[in-house]
Order: sequence, then structure tokens, then C-alpha cells
Amino acid sequence: MSDDLLVVEGLKKHFPVTRGIIFQRQVAAVKAVDGVSFTVKRGETLGVVGESGCGKSTMARCIMRLIEPTAGSVVFDGREITGLSRHELRPIRREMMMVFQDPYASLNPRKRVGAIVGEALEVHKIGTATETKRRVQELLEIVGLNPEHYNRFPHEFSGGQRQRIGVARALAINPKLIVCDEPVSALDVSVQAQILNLLKDLQKEFGLTYVFIAHDLNVVRHISDRVLVMYLGHAVEVATRDELYHHPRHPYTGALLSAVPVPNPELARARQQILLEGDVPSPLNPPSGCWFHPRCPRHHPGVCDVREPQLVAAAGDHRVACHFPLERWPMNAAEMAAPAASASTGAGTATGAP
Amino acid sequence: MALLDVRDLHTTFRTDDGLVKAVDGVSFTVEPGKTLGIVGESGSGKSVTCLTIMGLNDRRSASTSGQALFKGADLLAMPKNELRALRGNEISMIFQDPMTSLNPVHTIGRQLVEAVHLHQDVSRSSARSQSLDVLKAVGIPNAERRIDDYPHQFSGGMRQRVMIAMALINHPDLLIADEPTTALDVTTQAQILKLMDTLQKEYGSAIVMITHDLGVVAEIADDVVVMYGAQVVERATAEELFARPSMPYTWGLLGSLPRIDHDVERLAQIPGTPPSLLNPPSGCRFHPRCTYAMSICQSEQPPLASATGSETHLSRCHLDQATRLTEIKKLESGHFAEVT
Amino acid sequence: MTRYVIRRILWALVLFVVVTFVSYVIFFLIPADPVKLFAGRQATPEDMARAAAFYGLDQPFYVQYWKFLSRLVTHGVIGEKALGFSFVNRQWIASGVQSRAPVTASLVLGGAVMWMILAVPIGIVSALRPRSLIDRGATVFVLIGISAHPVFLALIFLYIFGYKLHMFPIGSYADFFNPPPGQAGGPLQWAWHMFLPWCTFAILFAALYVRMIRASVIETMNEDYVRTARAKGAPEWVVMRSHILRNALLPIVTMLGMDIALGLGGAVFTESVYSLPGLGQWAVQSLETFDLPVTMGVVVFATTAVLVVNVIVDVLYAVIDPRIKLA
Repeated sequence: MSDDLLVVEGLKKHFPVTRGIIFQRQVAAVKAVDGVSFTVKRGETLGVVGESGCGKSTMARCIMRLIEPTAGSVVFDGREITGLSRHELRPIRREMMMVFQDPYASLNPRKRVGAIVGEALEVHKIGTATETKRRVQELLEIVGLNPEHYNRFPHEFSGGQRQRIGVARALAINPKLIVCDEPVSALDVSVQAQILNLLKDLQKEFGLTYVFIAHDLNVVRHISDRVLVMYLGHAVEVATRDELYHHPRHPYTGALLSAVPVPNPELARARQQILLEGDVPSPLNPPSGCWFHPRCPRHHPGVCDVREPQLVAAAGDHRVACHFPLERWPMNAAEMAAPAASASTGAGTATGAP
Repeated sequence: MALLDVRDLHTTFRTDDGLVKAVDGVSFTVEPGKTLGIVGESGSGKSVTCLTIMGLNDRRSASTSGQALFKGADLLAMPKNELRALRGNEISMIFQDPMTSLNPVHTIGRQLVEAVHLHQDVSRSSARSQSLDVLKAVGIPNAERRIDDYPHQFSGGMRQRVMIAMALINHPDLLIADEPTTALDVTTQAQILKLMDTLQKEYGSAIVMITHDLGVVAEIADDVVVMYGAQVVERATAEELFARPSMPYTWGLLGSLPRIDHDVERLAQIPGTPPSLLNPPSGCRFHPRCTYAMSICQSEQPPLASATGSETHLSRCHLDQATRLTEIKKLESGHFAEVT
Repeated sequence: MTRYVIRRILWALVLFVVVTFVSYVIFFLIPADPVKLFAGRQATPEDMARAAAFYGLDQPFYVQYWKFLSRLVTHGVIGEKALGFSFVNRQWIASGVQSRAPVTASLVLGGAVMWMILAVPIGIVSALRPRSLIDRGATVFVLIGISAHPVFLALIFLYIFGYKLHMFPIGSYADFFNPPPGQAGGPLQWAWHMFLPWCTFAILFAALYVRMIRASVIETMNEDYVRTARAKGAPEWVVMRSHILRNALLPIVTMLGMDIALGLGGAVFTESVYSLPGLGQWAVQSLETFDLPVTMGVVVFATTAVLVVNVIVDVLYAVIDPRIKLA
């Protein structure tokens, strides 16, 4: 049995844009995910961060096969799952589950909690009615809800409790992988901590593997073992949590880290922020060369706007897609704008891995 | 004299389920040119407090008492047209969601010009040139061309800049910002916070910043009010609050934040959920969730009193001084230790 | 925009063919032989055959349909002979449409103006004061408007305002521009004659629109940008005029387009009761006498009108709502 539970290679999802008077023809594509590769080891948490529109949610749905990827391969537990038919996918669906962002919209308001949590058991025809009920009550207890609330409806619960129901539903048939799409971003801080702790506890207890998608760098740091940073449909940096937060190599990661507000007035005011100019470009018409170059403080004309950087190893397991990766951290804006003298050779090392 | 002096503010909404006390005896002051941060979770009453001060609550269901003295005049008692003359002129407000806060069928130029004409008796061309100037000041690229664009043609960050431009166009003395960066991405949030800081220095406006994010407060606020269950539970300067938080809810808030600047294995979680304002707990509003709760906490509401001997630092808690100081010490040495 | 209009016109042509074809099929499915009617009661088989050949009724219906279409094209849709002639009185259909269309247009468009004049203020007021006396009154009006059939209303109106009170004329029409000699005419006479029909026609739609406008205004009042406008210091009437109404009436415009088209159907009842010489009344007569060309003439005219109104509304919508791009 391999160490890797999930291996994603060159995953792409392009949404076609069509035009035409009676016959529709494709005139362009929204490149929501455009060639992302990564692996997730058994029992670890891979955090995926990026701003809205970077393609992180689309990627999650492609992995789950909730939408059909345009290209690329997804190997789950040693089995290629792209191209599998619905029927072939069924046993695999039992092993990967998803927790969604909105605890208000993701639970059917007309179903009782027992039915919601037990749904997967029923779909996969596991156990008798009494067994299902016992299992559901056990699950409710595991996620910290009162098992007696089996017959209540979702609206009788608060946001945090609903997210617990969502987690219980995902746990129902002992999955190997849980993909969490922004599971705490709709919750208040104190409730968010409860859910994060719960997810960590469950991971220890059941040996779960998580892909944890979020835009909040604090949350991702807290829960992840390794972190993938996405920008405009591309993976720009992957590293272990400590590597990424202490020695970010990609200028975008640096800018993200420096933008996070720190709840300490002295540190917050002393620190030098790297402010990015402008907005994220449209994935309909992405920039040439490096996708980040129009906003990048280290942008080198002639290099960054021409050649597309590859995601290559910078040090050990730390991989970055940049022609001029950061030499050290922290850095202020001026230092960042002037890459070291060896930058031109840096461009060389960026294409051929050291 | 304080620019804004809110005294014992109460706001109650009539709903089908009964009376909701959304704001229950809130007092604070805002000094000219300074920034006050109001922090709290959803339902803590922070937004309603500010909407009440602005007179923007639904008149049919809300009733209000207390005072909100702006430059000495009570905003809650003044005639409607006087308040209207202040709104958007001397006090302005920006909102959480820049996507829905601009009228989709008018160009942003028209909406800015409207804001000018509501308070200044100037020509169309003068109003337009003022609008153009303020758009440039908030950093809209190609302002000359973009002034005639519609809101949907702007990104979220740019729309929030337009909202700020509209709020500042009449040079207000007080700007109330209700979660202005919550709907934005982190890099855009950094841009907007920086912009607000720069403009504050330039225009000299005081800012009331409503947020749920303690990080944002640490970045921008001079003074902080922490709200819980429709009440102020702690009031301090930003330095004091983050260095010596003095009541269990604030401890819990700080402890439950996952932080980029240091690691913890487990977050200090606050058990339970925020209180219902329809039927709030007796005594201290926080006692059902408080790990330090004593029997007095159930029966008696603690007053907002000086916590650490400092006059600017008030909190609402029955714990005695000594216990609080030892707890703060403990937290300082453990969880709040800064890893640099 | 041009692309959009071209696309809409292409779709309109397709729809036009479908609608007219279906009308033809239905006509021939009716188990009655029009030839018998036209050839007279004592007709011999030879007479019948001659009549059938004369009217073209001896051919299969798809051949007739094809002839009907090609006639439209060769004579031009608005040409005198394009729609053929009536089986009953052998007059050109086109001239009949020409004289009757203005009557129906007066009724439908005037009615639309009438229902908007009624519905907009009532809708706004009841949105501003929900559960007030005015709002409850409006609800009663809505109920009556939706439940009462136009024929019933028309008879009641005629009895009270025409027969008893002599306030309005009974069962006649006055031309707006050039009345036949010896008859009343001109704008005032026209409006006076049309007033009761307008009321009858408008009341159903007015009721529906009150409900819709009320809902739309209430929804818009809770929008964030309305709060922004108040925060800017805008007085209530400015908030209402420039921020609430403009947005609240956007969906109403789309509805209006569709309902004016639908109204052509409703016009049949109103025209019959008030004896207005309009298209609806003509269509009913033609069906009673199996006068296929007249039926088809009315269908062609109505279909064209519906399609044109829809294109106009869509384009108008794109003009008033900057978020809509027609492509």
C-alpha cells in the first residue's frame, strides 16, 4: 500500500464560453483550474489557500468527481478515478466525503438530522434500520451533539452545530479522505475554534486524511501539515506548513503572509506590508508567461511575461513556480522589488531544478 | 471634548417572537481623528449600535433610548431633517458588502454627484470634478474614464474604494465602517485598511471600525470596545486590550484565534453558543459559557468598571483583581507569548 | 445589440411558421366542412366541387398551407393581397386588418396605460404601509380583480354607467383620427367611448400588478444600496424615486411586455360585450363561419404583434438595466 492516498496530476477544468445565433460554438474558456499537481499522504492534512476565484473550490469538486475535469488524472488509493463510470465510482464514493462551507444551505431543511447523517448509510445499503439509528446516534455523540436530537430539523441548530452535523454526515461510513471546502469561514471565531478542534481530534482518532480548503491563512496554518498555495488556477507553491510560513519562496505567498492582520498592535504596526497592486486578473483571459507577473513586485520584463514558470523543487519537498523565488523571509517591499544580483541565474535554476 | 459620546444606548426590536434587546446599555466615546474598534461576534449588537446612531434602523419595529452626542448635539433627539443634514456630510458610513451597497442602475459618477448635491449647493460640473478628485484619492485607476461605469463593472475591492470615496466626499468628521473588509480577500483587505489609514491622516476624520476580526482591530484601532450579548464587556486602548485583556470572554476570543505568528496544538475554545437576545441569561451574560463562573455571576450583572487600575481600561466581570492578574500572567507566559 | 436583434428576428420567423402551421392544422381538425356552408344549402356535388376548387379547399392542407406562406412572401406581409380574401364576403383580409387593428390597439394599449396608472401608486402605497388600511383595501381590490370575469364586469359597468347613469355610451366606437362621416370622432370622443372598455380590460391586470409592484418595492426597500442612499443623507422621496422605484420596476417592465401580448387574447371578451369592431370580435365571427383566411389573418397579425412587442421589451430592458448585455 502506497504512502500516498491521493495523487493529482495536471488537473484542468475549463468552462467553455459559447456564442452563436442558433448553433453555439465555443469562443473561449474560463480556465478555472489549469494544470494542478499534488499528492496527499495518508493521515495528513493538505491545506489549500488562495483568494476567491483562484480555482480552489472547483479543484475540490473535480477531485470528488462532482464535476468532470477537463484533463488530468486523479489517483485515489491507487486507483485512477477520472473516466470511471457512475457505477464504478460508487464504492469509491464511500471513501471520500465532503464538508461544505455554508452550514445553512448544505443541509436539507425538510429532513431530520437522523436522516441527513444516515443518508450515506442508506445509499450504500449498510445495516438495518436499528443499526443505522444506533450508528447515527454514535456519530452525533462523536461530533459533540446530543444523540437525543436525532429527530430534530436543521433549523433548530445554530451555525456551529449545523457544521457538526455536516461533519457527522461525512464521517458516517468511515471514509479515508474528507475534503473540507471552507468549513469554518461562515462561523464566528469562538465557534470556528470548536470546529477546528473537532476536526483535529477526529483526525487523530480515526486516522483521517484531509484536504482543507480555506482563504484564511491563520486557519490553514493551524490545521495543515502541508500547504498548497493557488493563484489563478495554478499551484504556485507547495511546502510543509513550517517551511511555507517561515520561508515562503513565491512573492505571492509572501504578499499573502504579510497581508494577514496580526492580533498584536505592536507587531501589526511595526511590520512592513507588501501591498499588491490591482486585482486578480480574469481566468477568461489570463496574463502571458507567469500568471502573477502583472501584480508581482519582482516582475522582470522579458522573463516573467514570456515564460511560464514550472512548479519545481526549491529545497527538499518545497516546490515553487517562480523565475525569481524569494531568497529569504521576512522581506520588505523594497527588498522584494530588487531580487539579488544572482537573480538572472535564479531564472536558470527556476526552470531546471537544482 | 469627545467627537461622539454614546451614553446608555438601548435599542429594542419588536419581532413576532417577542422583544429583542439588540443593544442594551452601551456607552463609549470617540475622540476626534482617532479610530475606535468595536469587536464582537455576530448578534453581539455592534452593527445595530451604529445603525441606531445613524438613525437607520427600521422605524416601525425599533425603539431607542439613551443619548448619542455628536459635537454636543444628541443625534437620537434631533429632528429628522437635521439628522439627515448630518448624514453623509459630517457623519458617513460604509457597509460590509460592496457588491450590494451601490445602486446597480446608476453610474458611480451619478451616485457620487448625488452625494455632493445632497449637502453642497454647487454646480454639476463642480460636483463632478469633486467626484473625480475623490475617486483619484481612493486609488481608482483611470478615474476619468471609470467615473461613467456602472458598479458591476468594478471588482469587489474597487467597489469598496468607491464606497469610501462616497463616504469621504463631503469631508466628514466621523466615518462609521461596518465590517468594510469582511467580504474581501486578504490582499484586498490589506489595501483597503492601508487606504483608510492614509485617508484618515489626510482628512482627519475619526473612524468607528466595526469588525469581528481582532487582527483588523490590532492593525487600525486606537481604542477598542468588545461587545457580547448586546453589551459592552470590555473597553480599553488597543495596547491595553491586547497586552492585558481582563475578562474571560476576551481571553476566550484571543485564545480561539488560530494565529499566523505562533503555534498551538489545540485552540482555546469557548464552549456553547452566543446568547439569545430574546431571552438573555440572568446575571452576567457570559456566565453560561464561562469557565471561571461563580454563583454571583448567575444572579448579579457585573458593572463596567476599571479592571487593572487604568482609567481607560474597563471591563464587566466579577473576578477579583488578584485572580485576573494571575490569569493574565498565566496567559501571557503561555498562550499569548509572542513568537518572533 | 445588432447581433441580438438579428438572432431574435430569426427566432421570431421560426416561431411565426410554427404558430401559423399549428393554426392551420387545428382548423382542419375541426369536423365540419366549410365548403357546404359556402356552396349554399341546395348545392349539388358539382357545385360543391366547384366551390372547393374556387377556394382551394380541394387540396391537402399542407399544399394550402404552402400556398398561404408563399402568398405572404410574394405579396409582402403588409401587401393588399398577402392574406387572401374572406370566404364569407370576399373582401381582402388586409384591409379588414387595417381597419380593425387600431381598435384593438386602442383597447390594449389604453388598457395597459390604465392598469399601470392604477397599479403603480396603489402598489407603492401598500408597500410603504404594509398591513395598513390602504394595504388591506388594496388586497380586497386585488381579490375582486382576479376573480371577476371581464364579461361579467363589462355587463355590470354597462348597466350602471351606461344604461342607468348615462355617463358613457353603450356599444359604439369613435375613431381617433378620421371617423366615418356623420359619426363622432377625435381624441376626446375616442377616450370617452373607450373608457369603460379600458376599465374592464385593465382591472384584472391592475390587480395582478398591484400585488407584483408591492412585492417588488418591499424587496427593493431592503436592499443594501437603499440603506447607502439613506446614509448619504438622501430625503425619503429621493430614496424612493431614484433608488427604490427604478430598481423595483425593472422586473415589471418584462412582465408588461408579456402581458400586453397576452392582453390580445383577453381583448376578445371586452370587444364582444362592448361591440367594438376590433380583431378579437372579428376572430370570433370568423371561427363561427369557418372563414379560414380571416382566422389566419388575425393569427398572423397577433403573432407578429406579440413577437415585436417582446423584442421591443427586451431591448428596452437592456437600455434601462445596465447589467444586461444583449449578445
